[in-house]
This record gives sequence, structure tokens and C-alpha cells, in this order.
Amino acid sequence: MRKAPTAPASSNSRSHVSHLDELESQGIYLLREAFHSFERPAMLWSMGKDSNVLIWLAKKAFCGHIPFPVVHIDTTYEFPEMLEFRAWARDHHGFDLIVWTNEEARARGIGYETTDPVTVTHELKTVALQQCLAAHKFDALVTGIRRDEDSTRAKERYFSPRTADFEWDYKDQPPEFWNHFTTEVGAGEHVRVQPLLDWTEIDIWAYLEREKVPLPGMYFARNGRRYRSLGCWPITKDVPSKASTIAEIIEELKITRVSERSGRAQDNHERNAMQKLRAKGFM
Amino acid sequence: MSHLSFVVVGHVDHGKSTLIGRLLFDTHSVEEGKAERIQAACKAEGMEFEYAFLMDALLEEQAQNITMDTTRVPFRTPGRDYTIIDAPGHKEFLKNMITGAASADAAVLLVDAHEGLREQTRRHGYLLSLLGLSQIVVAVNKMDLVDYDRGVYDRIRAELGGFLGQLGITPAHFVPISAKLGHGIIGLSDKMPWYTGPALLETLEGFHTRPAPNAAPLRFCVQDVYRFDARRIVAGIVEAGRLSAGDPLVFCPGGKRTRVKSIECWPASAEGGRGSVPVPAGRVAAVTLEDELFVERGQVGAPPDATPVEAHEFTARLFWLHEEPLRIGDVLPLRLGTQQAETTLLAIERVLDAVTLETQARPAAEVRRHEVAQIRLRVRRPIAFDPGGRIPALGRFVLLRGRRIAGGGVIDAAHAEVPASGSDLPIKLSARATMLGHCGAVVWLTGFSGSGKSTLAAALEKELFRVGVLPTVLDGDVLRTGLCRGLGFSQEDRKENMRRAAEAALLLARTGAVVITALISPFREDRRLAAELCRKNGVPFAEVFVNAPLAECERRDPKRLYQKARAGQIPSFTGIDSPYEAPLAPDLELRTDRESVEQSIEKLSRLVLTLARPSRDDQGAGI
Repeated sequence: MRKAPTAPASSNSRSHVSHLDELESQGIYLLREAFHSFERPAMLWSMGKDSNVLIWLAKKAFCGHIPFPVVHIDTTYEFPEMLEFRAWARDHHGFDLIVWTNEEARARGIGYETTDPVTVTHELKTVALQQCLAAHKFDALVTGIRRDEDSTRAKERYFSPRTADFEWDYKDQPPEFWNHFTTEVGAGEHVRVQPLLDWTEIDIWAYLEREKVPLPGMYFARNGRRYRSLGCWPITKDVPSKASTIAEIIEELKITRVSERSGRAQDNHERNAMQKLRAKGFM
Repeated sequence: MSHLSFVVVGHVDHGKSTLIGRLLFDTHSVEEGKAERIQAACKAEGMEFEYAFLMDALLEEQAQNITMDTTRVPFRTPGRDYTIIDAPGHKEFLKNMITGAASADAAVLLVDAHEGLREQTRRHGYLLSLLGLSQIVVAVNKMDLVDYDRGVYDRIRAELGGFLGQLGITPAHFVPISAKLGHGIIGLSDKMPWYTGPALLETLEGFHTRPAPNAAPLRFCVQDVYRFDARRIVAGIVEAGRLSAGDPLVFCPGGKRTRVKSIECWPASAEGGRGSVPVPAGRVAAVTLEDELFVERGQVGAPPDATPVEAHEFTARLFWLHEEPLRIGDVLPLRLGTQQAETTLLAIERVLDAVTLETQARPAAEVRRHEVAQIRLRVRRPIAFDPGGRIPALGRFVLLRGRRIAGGGVIDAAHAEVPASGSDLPIKLSARATMLGHCGAVVWLTGFSGSGKSTLAAALEKELFRVGVLPTVLDGDVLRTGLCRGLGFSQEDRKENMRRAAEAALLLARTGAVVITALISPFREDRRLAAELCRKNGVPFAEVFVNAPLAECERRDPKRLYQKARAGQIPSFTGIDSPYEAPLAPDLELRTDRESVEQSIEKLSRLVLTLARPSRDDQGAGI
């Protein structure tokens, strides 16, 4: 793992600083509303860059504390370096970590060696999350999704209700305005709380750099390659890059028009893969 | 330049998605290969490629050709970063338009040059004004379909400009464009040399982020109070003004005073854990206070010399989004800032047709989905707010139905205000009246057994409750089995029975309730004493003669009492062997043999609402 490099500040204009302040403030507001509104909230943590922004925002929101459990859905296909980071970050930040694996699916032999990636993702992520939610009776789940990740996510709400079957009724979402949200759920239902919805990939990096948020080292170029998005090792490809500091990553992103998740095999597996994953309840 | 978010609104099919697709494409904001992929897909399915497809990524949308929900799309020009909030034009999706537009800095109102102004063009214009959006550019689209005719443009400009003017909106520009062919968007089009204003993108570049109300008095809305460690931290959001350590604060409602001891920051390395810079409007803050006050979520920290209004009632303009109409008497949760309170819809003053801006002719007993209305609301306990647009964030609220946000409104004026700081004096009748919205009162129903007193009392109780009045019924039969058990029917016992009934009615009325008695109470003197007792204790009293001829009452005989009295089983029965002294000047007489229960209830409600109207009401109106 590595601490965020202390590269000279990039050409952050005053307005960009205030834009990040606004995003941070909104994220904190949403986290506090979630903590107030729900009996059993939890935060999803993939150890990726967005997840680590969530951890950081939570510590800011609750003055150095994380007053709800942090959940990692472990597919058993994690990069070893990420597992190291997981243990380090838990101790460093001092949160209550819940690691959950769909052992039943693994026992059935579900895995990248035998099964197509969409099914594996469904079983080892979505179903695992369902199991974890049911076991812990969480009624709110803080996630790090962003609207700019892909076009289906562009339609999300900050507080997005999900049925007991994880269904997301994107055709009939509740109205949400003036900082008022859907804060009650029925039995078995939960709300996805999404504090990073308005952030872009560049915002995330700019914030990580400004705040010096600890990150896994795999995001930074080694031997001319780096990971832009981190998933399961069998389906996550590194990309050619010389960016070894956050400032260099930001510069790289400013000129690319390739989608962030292009290194994730499951997204390109078939037409509308994300749409299918999403309807099934994957974040 | 700062980040700008804008919403694109307008009638369905006037070209919103096409415009957005075009903006993305022409500013090179589309992901590499995406346009080409969609073009290839269109070719494969034999469809003409449209720029809207860049937006409509979901399968259903491509099938139905309408944008389903609010969508936020970032794009960038050399000048600044933008977020486009695409709000759908399909009528039933108005909630999404509001969800999108409520957070926008600016709006593009699209109108089809070929079709001209349509219902949603106007409706969306009205909602933009209600949502407080003032930076608006009108894009007159599809100019290619009208041969780039200046006359068409001028007519639309005059008509829409006039309509928006009535709402207090002055659009920055009316830009003639063709989103499909790319005219007038990035640059001016040589097809329309007669237009000399700026292109659409240039107009957007001139807009500003909604200014934060830093100059307004402080409004620090408390979200929560934390005790994770030794500190007691009050967390909230600065909706207006600036919050600094050392600031004197009053927490409203309630009026408790203290000072900000510190602004807490994490990590501690940031400014030593203490914020020395004031927190500006729009940002969250966490503070400790000098005094150990009981502060709770919902309260608003404000400067002692510029506190918000605290009141029980207010008038507002409201838009309704729920399929079930909002009706008079409905009790719903209201949220304003971080406050939540049960609220009752007291009155619908008028329902506005957002299209014509005219008041609708039909009697306004309800506000239907997608309608806009002027209403009067009452909250059970006082809330703190700033009416009349002084501080927008503290002057707007949402109503919930079930778990959903069902409507939103903007407060125009406060009524039934509470004095700024709480008083330690005993609770007066007038204070109860302010809380409940009406005074306690006694409505004394008198008449023969079987004349309809109990029926009317029960029906009136329901009706009053429905319109937000606290009613209670004192029924003769119930009194006889409880409070007056042991009393017989001698003249003395009957007098004592009446005395106890009057005292009980007074006690209940002094708690603020409207008491409806259903007692035969045959003697004028007893009724006079009851009226006198109430009035000298400050409780309004009305005598209601429930009048049906004895023969009719005997024919009804619901409890078989007349039958028993005729058989000599009940002695001293009023009308049979004991007299009934009819009121000489009742406040209301109801001929229950000639009119329906509904007709009687209507008269009774009118009487009660006059009788129980608080005399001090409206003193705080219009500030």
C-alpha cells in the first residue's frame, strides 16, 4: 500500500477547490442523514478509490469515527495486495469490518475458471451482498457509485430504495429535491445511500490527492502499466500508463476518452451487461 | 470559471435529448467509439441515427423514444465544467423534472418552433419560477422545420416572453437553434443571419453558479447531536450566512441561547482540529457549544437579532406529485430544513392552472397530481422558517405521503406566530388556541329523546376531526353510567346531572377541545346555568335546538324508551310525563324531521368554526 504521493499541486483553480468542497460537504450531509434516518446502516467498501473516499467522508462526517460497520464482499478473487491493504486500512482507520463471501456458491464450484463472468459477478457479488444484508438486517447501505460510471447509473437517486429482492425500480423512483430523501423502508427493504453520485472520476482523484487519502498501490504505474479500476483478478486488466502519481493520473484522464471500466471484462462480455447486472441488484 | 449545472426542460418531443446529445457530441464529450457504436446499431436495425440516442442508453428508452428519468451528464468546454440535468417532458414524469431542476443553477427551456408553445412549455416555466431558478435561456428548436423563419421565432418569443414575464422570469436570451442539424448551438448559424444574439453555449457560459446566501443571517440547521467521544458535537448544515467560533446563537424553535465554542474538523492536522475559518453557506459544519443546552435535530441556530419566524400556520404555493390528491383535512408529515412535523391542510385557497395561470373554477377541496395550489397549512408544533423567499432554503418544504415525497411548496406568509422566545408563564387559553388552531368551545345539543342529538354529535365529531379540529362528545347516556352514576330522575338529581355535565364540558373545553354535548337537558334554567358557567370562564357556548316533533321522536324511538315510558316502566320521561322547555332563542335550530344529517352537519360545522375561531389569529400575517 502507499500513502498518496505528495506531488506538487496540479493546476487547481480556486473554483475547483470550491467544487471539491461542495462535493465533500454534500457527501457528509448525506452520510449524516443516513446515520440519523436508519436503524442499521452499513457501508460497502471494495477497497477501491471511490470506497476509500467514502471512508474518508465518513470520518469527516462523524469527527474521526465510523459509527456503522464497513462491509467487504470478498469474491475470493481479490488481488493479494488488496487483501494486505484491507487489513492495514481496517487497523489504520479503526472501523468494524465485516467480510462476507458467498461460500455456498463457491462450494457449488462457481468461479471464473468454470463460469461466465456475468454469472460469477452475480453469484459472488450480488447474491453475497443479499446474504450479508439478510444476515445483518441492514436497512441502509452506503455505496460509492457515481453517475458518470456508466449511463445506467446516471439515473440514480442519493437515497435509492431497493425491494427485498434487490430490485431497483428505475421507472418509478421517488422524487428527491431540496435535500429531502426517502428515509423509510418496509420490512426486508433497504435504501442505497449514494454520497458520491455527483462525483466524476477526476473529482475522486483530485480529492484523494488533496486529502492524502491512503490508497492501494495498484492504481499507480509500475513497469509502464497501472490499474484504472480494481475488480476480481481474473477479469481485471491493467492498462498502459506512465502515471505514478495522482497528479499524473489526473493529467492522463483529462486526455482520455476511454471508459473507466473498460478494463473490467464483465462489462464488455455482452451487450447491455451492466444493464443486466444492475437489474439484478449489482451496484 | 465555476462548475455549472443546468436543466433542460420543455414539452415532450420538443428535442431535449437531441439537444443534449448534440452538445455532448459537438463539445467532444462523448466517449470514444460510443457515437460510432450507436450509429452502427441504428444501421443494423434500419433506424436513422439520432443524437438523442447518445443519451438514451437504457433499452426501454430506445424502444419508447422518451427519456425516462432524471439524468445527469457531465461535459466540459475550454471555459468550464458542466452538468446537464435532463428532465423528461412526459407528463407523468413531472417528479423527475422537479428532482432535476431543484438543484440546477440554470435552465434551458426548449420550445419547438414548428409546434409552438404547448402545455408543458408553460407548466415547466411555472415550476422553474417556483423552484427559484432565475437564469433561464429559451431555445427555439427545430428552426429547420420552419425554414429558419424569423417571423415564427418572433411570435414564439413574444408569446413565451409574455407568459414568463407574468411569473417574474426574464430569459437571458431566446436562441433560435436546430439541435438535429447543429445550428445555433456551438456557434451562430449562417442560416439565420437575422439573429444577432449569442449562440446557446455562449449564453450558458455567461451563467453563474447559484450564489450561496452568505450575506443572509445565519441559519444553521441541526442534523444530529453526537457523543462519540468526550465532545458533544452538534452537526448540521449552514443553509445561510456564515458560522464562526464565538458566534452567539439562538436555537429555534425554543429560543435557547448560547455561543459557538469551536468548529470541529477532522483530521486533527487540519487547522489543529479546530476550524478558524468561518463555514460559508451551503456547507456542513460540526460545532461544540459553550453551554450544555438540550439541542436537537430540526432546530435552527440563528443570530439573536435575526431569528426565523416560529409559527403554527402558514400559506404557501405548492406543487403536488402524488397520484392520490391532497385533500382538506389531510394530515401528513412535513419536512423543512431538518425539521419534521405533522401538518394538516386547513384550506385550499385556490388551485392554479399552471398552463393558463388562471384560478380553476371547480371548488378546491383537493389538489390533484401535477396541480399547483395556494394552500394554508397548520403544524402541530411550531416550526421555524423564513417566509416570502427571504432565505429560500428555510422557506420551502416537502410533504410526505406514505414513505414518499408527495409534493413541495414555498412559504409565502406566516400565521399564528409564536412569540420569539418561550415564556415561563402558565399556559393560557390563547396559547392552547394557537397550538390547536382553534379555541375550546361548548356546543350544547338539546332536544327530545330520539330527536337525533347522539347521531348528530357523532357525525359532527367526525367532521370536525377531519378538518383538523379537536372534538369530543359528552353523551347523556355515557354520563349517566359514569360520572353521574347513582343519580336518579328526581328533579334534584336531574339538576345535579346537568350541573356535572356543564362542569365536565367546561373542563374539557378549557383543554382546548370543542365539546359537543348530547343531553335532553329539558329545562331552560339548567341550560342557562351551563352557558353562564362556560362564558364566565372564557369558553364560547352555543345552544343548539335539535328539533323534531314529539310524534316523530316517538315514531323513531331508537331505544324503545317511549314504548317503555308509555307502559309506565320509566317515570318522569321527557315528553310523556315530564315537560320539555324548548329554547326561546337558540343559536341554531335543526329540524331533523325535515333536513338530512348532512344538511344539519353543514350548519353545525359552520357554527362551530365561527364559535371556535381564535380571536388573535392572523396577527402575524404577511411579515
